[in-house]
Amino acid sequence: MKKKLVISFPPRLIQEPVTYHLIRDYNLQVNILRATVRPRERGRMVVELMGDKKDLDRAFEYMEDVGLQADPLVQEMRYYPERCVHCTACTAVCPTEALTVDPQSRELIFEASHCIICESCIAACPYSAIESQF
Amino acid sequence: MTRTIEEINAKIKAGKVVVYTAEEVIGLVREKGVSQAAREVDVVTTGTFGPMCSSGAYFNIKQSTPKIKCGGGRVTFNGVPVYAGWAAADLYLGCSALPDEDPRNAVYPGLFKYGGAHIIEDLLSGRKVKLVAQAYGTDCYPRKEYTTELGLEDFNNAVLFNPRNGYQLYNVAVNLSERTIYTYMGVLRPRLGNANYSTAGALSPLLKDPELRTVGLGSRVFLGGAEGYVVWPGTQHVPSPPRAENGLPLTPSATLALIGDLKQMSPRFLRAASFTGYGATLAVGLGLPIPVLDEQVMAQAAISDEEITYPIIDYSEAYPLARPGDLGRVSMAELMSGQIEVSGKKVPTGCLASRARAREVALELKQRIKDGRFHLTQPVAPLPGAELA
Ligand code: SF4
Ligand code: SF4
Repeated sequence: MKKKLVISFPPRLIQEPVTYHLIRDYNLQVNILRATVRPRERGRMVVELMGDKKDLDRAFEYMEDVGLQADPLVQEMRYYPERCVHCTACTAVCPTEALTVDPQSRELIFEASHCIICESCIAACPYSAIESQF
Repeated sequence: MTRTIEEINAKIKAGKVVVYTAEEVIGLVREKGVSQAAREVDVVTTGTFGPMCSSGAYFNIKQSTPKIKCGGGRVTFNGVPVYAGWAAADLYLGCSALPDEDPRNAVYPGLFKYGGAHIIEDLLSGRKVKLVAQAYGTDCYPRKEYTTELGLEDFNNAVLFNPRNGYQLYNVAVNLSERTIYTYMGVLRPRLGNANYSTAGALSPLLKDPELRTVGLGSRVFLGGAEGYVVWPGTQHVPSPPRAENGLPLTPSATLALIGDLKQMSPRFLRAASFTGYGATLAVGLGLPIPVLDEQVMAQAAISDEEITYPIIDYSEAYPLARPGDLGRVSMAELMSGQIEVSGKKVPTGCLASRARAREVALELKQRIKDGRFHLTQPVAPLPGAELA
């Protein structure tokens, strides 16, 4: 099973070796897609976790117990369809299939589950129709 | 078969006009042939929606009491400088104008989140803008400073006036260098990372009448959601470009200067855009009706995405330094597939003009003609290099 998450660390937990535990104690494969940690602020990390459902469930329990917040990734890149003019400029810089064009309607399709939040599309969109929440 | 504008307008009035969009007509011609299609269809509507930097609007403000002479003074709308080199109350706002305090590319790449185009979009969306005027004061216009908030309805006149729109054919931009570049053709990644194009292809106004046989000075067009007019050839208009056999130009060529009442326009068809590292610009929705005056008009209006080809240009060196460089040509159909081949490499494509919104323009214009809300005009003069049908 594969899960993409945003893990938020309150300042007191910045030192917690989360990835170490996830790998060692819960047998998970951890792929860190992005991480930001600033002194005295919340740290945030976007990860892809891979492993058995049982192990994943236990890992979630562990994160909750120590006080880490783990949210599904979807909220990270926000797409504003009302701002989008469907030019498709963003599709050329998207490294995954998260941004594609419907060949019939020529409208943009944003598939959040394919997004790895590389943020390439932000600079490419002239209408601020995709923004980062990170 | 021939047909006149008067005949078409009579049919519009009678509610009997037959209108196809420039996309729809391709299938019709394939099915029935040029002659039959020309007999059946009176008008073909085109559309495009994309960034056109040579756009802006002029305004006339109501006088304050005491009166003020803006001409020769300094005026801003929401901090964006407006040209005030005219009479007391006339102002011109270019879509790429920026507030003085915008860092531009000093913080590279600049974001250009607010400029002249955004003022236009704010006004069209019903928001007020703050006008600040400083003048030197005269005996007849003594006031030296004036600050007020204005909505679109508060201006005596608000007129969209674009010196260059609707470029006939445009380059496909790539980047051969080792670093990402930020251009008016969007973000171009290094080593042929992507290829960007900006055209409505088979819907594009001037590509569907490539020899400009039905459009000229005085032509009524769909502009920004309202009626507009072709007032002059656009700046940089190329009268005699090299052409392919089907009449299509091989390089960027014809352009149009357009005018229309901003107060009648809609933010759906005029949108502010911010090109990272390049600047602010206005995306303009433009549609031309093509009267089917003879079979040649129909044959050219039915040109398809497969037949329209564009030159591929390197924007890291060839374009900025005006150096020759031949990376070949590519068709609209290939561009729309999402991937093209350049120098043996597969390159993902992205567009800056919206085909979806261009289609909406063409359909909207078609509807207005069918409803009798839009009549065609006979051009009063051809564009340079062209001969009217
Ligand atoms: S952030 Fe990256 S992966 Fe996600 S949609 Fe944008 S370009 Fe694609
Ligand atoms: S670049 Fe922006 S406006 Fe264009 S399709 Fe992508 S999200 Fe929409």
